[in-house]
Amino acid sequence: MAAPQPINVEDLDIYYGDFLAVEGVDVQIRPRSVTALIGPSGCGKSTFLRTLNRMHEVIPGAYAKGKVEINGEDIYDSRIDPVNVRRRVGMVFQKANPFPTMSIRDNVLAGVKLNNRRISKSSADELVERALKGANLWNEVKDRLDKPGMGLSGGQQQRLCIARTIAVKPEVVLMDEPCSALDPISTLAIEDLIHELKEDYTIVIVTHNMQQASRVSDRTGFFNIAGTGKPGHLIEIDDTDTIFTNPSNKQTEDYISGRFG
Amino acid sequence: MSTPTSVQTRPSVHRPRDERRLPWYHLVFTGLAGLLVAIAVLAIFDTLSIASAILLGFVFHLLFGWGYSLLREGPRWATDRLMTLLVIGAFAISMFPLLSLLWSVIARGMTRVLAAKPTTLSFWTEDMSGIIGGADAGGVFHAIVGTLLITLWASIISIPVGLFTAIFLVEYANQGWKRTLGRGVTFLVDVMTGIPSIVAGLFGLALFIAFMPDQSVRMGIMGAVALSLLMIPTVVRNSEEMLRLVPMDLREAAYALGVPKWLTIVKVVLRTAIAGLTTGITLAIARVIGETAPLLLTVGMVTAVNWNMFDGRMATLPTFINQQYRNGNANCMSDTVTNPVNQEVYACSISTNIDRAWAAAFTLIVIVMILNIVARMISHYFSPKLSR
Repeated sequence: MAAPQPINVEDLDIYYGDFLAVEGVDVQIRPRSVTALIGPSGCGKSTFLRTLNRMHEVIPGAYAKGKVEINGEDIYDSRIDPVNVRRRVGMVFQKANPFPTMSIRDNVLAGVKLNNRRISKSSADELVERALKGANLWNEVKDRLDKPGMGLSGGQQQRLCIARTIAVKPEVVLMDEPCSALDPISTLAIEDLIHELKEDYTIVIVTHNMQQASRVSDRTGFFNIAGTGKPGHLIEIDDTDTIFTNPSNKQTEDYISGRFG
Repeated sequence: MSTPTSVQTRPSVHRPRDERRLPWYHLVFTGLAGLLVAIAVLAIFDTLSIASAILLGFVFHLLFGWGYSLLREGPRWATDRLMTLLVIGAFAISMFPLLSLLWSVIARGMTRVLAAKPTTLSFWTEDMSGIIGGADAGGVFHAIVGTLLITLWASIISIPVGLFTAIFLVEYANQGWKRTLGRGVTFLVDVMTGIPSIVAGLFGLALFIAFMPDQSVRMGIMGAVALSLLMIPTVVRNSEEMLRLVPMDLREAAYALGVPKWLTIVKVVLRTAIAGLTTGITLAIARVIGETAPLLLTVGMVTAVNWNMFDGRMATLPTFINQQYRNGNANCMSDTVTNPVNQEVYACSISTNIDRAWAAAFTLIVIVMILNIVARMISHYFSPKLSR
């Protein structure tokens, strides 16, 4: 379950009720790499990201048509349970959301504890240590694991959420603008973390910050929207260097050089 | 204290603000002046009493305080003073009935509780078996037991029903037929909030006697059902508010970890909202614990303890108070009264029924207070801690 998987998206349309929000996305996301999705506000990047772990269905009336294959299995097949998909594809949100009623240790173990799965205390301790080390938070919190999760700074809370996500050993980690609420030092810490995590996970990150996309990702996709009320499209996806120096599509070039945004 | 300002025609904007602001105790003098003037005025019209003196004194205090402030501090501060006095006055007026009520109940009730014979707390451990006429004895043990049992059963019915309804309304009634059902449920709950308590009692009564061969049967459980009708809307409304306060972030965090929806509700939503939920439930209990009308109809009144909810009438504190009050003053033919059951002899007291009513009211308030304290302790223990 831990081997990172390629994600293959074919002709995906995403609806909010009757409104078509994103149209006709075709993309292959490579394993053990970081793929960044950039684009102006409201163009559907976060919506697309949330379809990769079937989180957009949480919103009443939202659904998607098309195929999303993770390691050859279509996660939108009618026999697949969305809960199982989310156990294999983790997500880190824009605003850090540690559970306020739980200690740091319990937050990291939340993926296990909330699912009523039993693990022995020693494996729990080992899992907590591994996840926190993986999230670069171990040294800062190792002597206060029983303190509440809300007592940490913003950057630490976000790293705690990342630790919580990787503790369940997903195959893919989705990140929805993880650094937009953080100061530059914390942002740097998380970007370094992403570099380390990509050895073990497939990472897809949505970001508003083009410089961050160019620092962090191997491939970058550009989303755009034709106008308000129209659906968003994936205009171009390519190696990061190519997108930022020599994009094939004019819209991409306009966005990169700041003619709109 | 600054020296009185010299008479000048300079506009007040030239004077620094702080220099004009007088210490608050100046207004004490205007208050006293207002009170004296009020007493004088009322005495002239021959309507002097403590209440009227205080009220009229307050009105004059407002006037004098405002005028004095206007002269010494300027128009802006004068308005500030006036509003401060009004707000404090409104607070005092609203506190007055509450404090007066508490004072009456405690003064009259506590003396009777403490003066009980044979032991100090026997008012709470004895019941009314065999107490007749003006006997200065007896207690409310049977009523306490009845109140606690009936309220317990009402809670057992209302809390699951109310809580699950609130969970449905918040978590599941989002689209399609569930949303329509949710709107219907919300409407019905709002209507239920306004049901008069005696109507709830009639409903409880009618529901049970429809199935009974004997129409005059009364049971504790009938009262519990009637009370739950009054409790459920409060529990639903309050729980719904508390569950909506749990941010969507937390639910999404749990979903993203692959936690199924029902486990998210149990382990994340309820756990986060539990402090508010317990407070709301305690408030609902406190509301129904003092309901008299439904219990009069469905549960009746007895003089001895009845532990069985499903057989026979029970005594409850509100109905006990009602009954004792309606008994009124007792007739004391002689100085003593003999208990026909156990031949004990008690002193005879004319006001014994009224005294017992006050003491029972005091007992009820003590029970409600204990409930509130317990709720606060639970709420404090479970609330998310923010300390490092």
